[in-house]
Amino acid sequence: MPIKPVFTTTIDHVSILDEQGNFDATLGDGLIPDEDLVAMYKHMMTCRHFDEIAFKLQRSGRMGTYPENRGQEVPSLAAAYVLQKNDWMVTCYRENAGLFWRGLPKEKILLHWMGDERGNHIDECKVTPLAIAIGSQMLHATGLAWASKYKKDGAIACTFFGDGATSEGDFHEAANFAANLDLPVVFICQNNGWAISTPTKLECSAPTVAQRGIAYGMDCVQVDGNDIFAMVKVVRDAVDNARKNNRPTFIEALTYRLGDHTTADDARRYRDADELEMWEKRDPMIRTRMYLEQRDLWNGVKEEEQLDLAAKEIIQVVKNAEEIDAPSATDFFDSMFTDLPPELKRQRQTMRTSSLGQDPSQVELTNEVGQNN
Amino acid sequence: MANLTLVQAINLALIQEMEKDDRVLLLGEDIGLNGGVFRATEGLFQRFGGDRVVDAPLAESGIMGTAIGLAMGGLRPIPEIQFEGFLGPAFDQLTNQCARIHSRTRGGLTCPLVLRVPVGGGIHAPEHHSDSPEAIYTHTPGLKIVMPSSPYDAKGLLISAIRDPDPVIFFEPKRIYRAFREEVPEDEYLVPIGEARTVCKGEELTMVSWGATVMQCMNAIEQVDCSIELIDLRTISPIDMETITNSVRKTGRCVVVHEAPKTAGLGAEIAASVMENCFLHLEAPVQRVCGFDTIMPYYKLELEYLPDAERIGKAIVETLAY
Repeated sequence: MPIKPVFTTTIDHVSILDEQGNFDATLGDGLIPDEDLVAMYKHMMTCRHFDEIAFKLQRSGRMGTYPENRGQEVPSLAAAYVLQKNDWMVTCYRENAGLFWRGLPKEKILLHWMGDERGNHIDECKVTPLAIAIGSQMLHATGLAWASKYKKDGAIACTFFGDGATSEGDFHEAANFAANLDLPVVFICQNNGWAISTPTKLECSAPTVAQRGIAYGMDCVQVDGNDIFAMVKVVRDAVDNARKNNRPTFIEALTYRLGDHTTADDARRYRDADELEMWEKRDPMIRTRMYLEQRDLWNGVKEEEQLDLAAKEIIQVVKNAEEIDAPSATDFFDSMFTDLPPELKRQRQTMRTSSLGQDPSQVELTNEVGQNN
Repeated sequence: MANLTLVQAINLALIQEMEKDDRVLLLGEDIGLNGGVFRATEGLFQRFGGDRVVDAPLAESGIMGTAIGLAMGGLRPIPEIQFEGFLGPAFDQLTNQCARIHSRTRGGLTCPLVLRVPVGGGIHAPEHHSDSPEAIYTHTPGLKIVMPSSPYDAKGLLISAIRDPDPVIFFEPKRIYRAFREEVPEDEYLVPIGEARTVCKGEELTMVSWGATVMQCMNAIEQVDCSIELIDLRTISPIDMETITNSVRKTGRCVVVHEAPKTAGLGAEIAASVMENCFLHLEAPVQRVCGFDTIMPYYKLELEYLPDAERIGKAIVETLAY
């Protein structure tokens, strides 16, 4: 018997606005109304400024470790632009632009990195708190999408992760569950070239990360992740596929981490200066501004005005984060359970006044906080 | 009232809560048409359909992680891990995610789910099918852990667990899934989480156990001629120390019996708490009758490993000798 192929496929790469400012009108016209694009560019400027200030807060000892988002503003912003209010956005930690677009107060991100869990209490929009453990959040997105499908509330879930996270078993389990159970999930891999110091080729030896989704029977696409038009297009297609067909999609967004992994990292130890220089030219801000200026939607004066607005806004954001009342010392007990069990109540009550567990009533000492019963 | 085994009582509790609350859904390996490998979900797929009794892919982290998403999404999922030996792949999602969600969001999100897991030895099962890992999860802040020792408690505890707003691990001692029957009310009832049960009253010695070893303790008590108070913890976390303390202050002696390995097991925690709360009442050191600090042997030797009436009886005699 002749050997026959039983399955073949291709991976599409989508690009609409390239780094030289070339625009594919066939794909791009009408995709984003001008006023929306201007708003998105302004938002990116504010996020870039936020990032710069957050970095300085860490360097001046006013905030803990912080992962710069610089250069990766487009994928999450495009998704937030496409998603509806009721949809879930389940991120890792380089998606500030999308989270802020959805309505997450910016000071909550600062609070998180200032070591304050109140930054994770989010009632303002349907996003989950930053996921620090790599790859842990994709299963939650799959479960959230499942809950929406079960409740028939029309919502979908969109989850973000890096190229390194696709090496984690949880990515593969999430993809397998989503595809096999027909769940409305959009998986967006921000392939930024590096998992701390590990290059993508050591995370995935296939020609594209996108093709990892093929194994699970889902649609897969690779996109220029620094191209706001291409990102909006592929996310919109994926969201439609999720909402109408309950099918997941895997999107590999090619982008680049222009900063270090976090403020605790020094990328010069493992990354060539030439590579960084090449990607600085592909900065999503440059080409978006170029597009807007070519169409008389933007100019130097507007740029100055927006920089000024962003600076004023972020000054207030930092003030809000720094001036919040300190959490009470017992704060970390109070949300362990809906109702504190007796032992935790006792530990909470005696945390500063007694060694744990002694019961002085046995030797007729009086100690108002040491009573066991 | 019906005369039910423990596994039938679990099945009944699942049916009644699923009838009552359509947010409750089950996910796990082979729980659908097959009814679960122990038949705990027998007939539920036929009764409630594939949307509520879901055969999951063979991936424990996936089962645990998606259950977290389902719970955060407003449902009351009941994931099943087929045997305790397969909790390993789910460990990260269970301890680093599920247990922390309420705290890390400072109450913004909750994770109300019940993780059902058959546990323990004594059924001639293969490797990785007979362990007792409850202490590992007791040491994880943010989880509640229950383990019934009777059909009546199994039903009442499971209903409480399903209605609990926090994540609960429901360990099912597989050795007593079908070991005996008990009258179980048809109507719903709750056995509160966090309350131990005094199985029998006594004056000379307090014995603390849970799960399948409660039956071994009862066998041992029948064989000795002294007055023993047997406490079945029922909830392992949070431990009902008040019941233990009151009993040991009365008897002055305490023996803890569990299947899990001795070192850093729950017996150690209970002994330390007894020292704190009952020091001036103690007549003897707290004794532990446990599994050993070894790998659980294959089944030819499993009865050598598991605490039995003879070993427990010896501990009783030795503790009373002080």
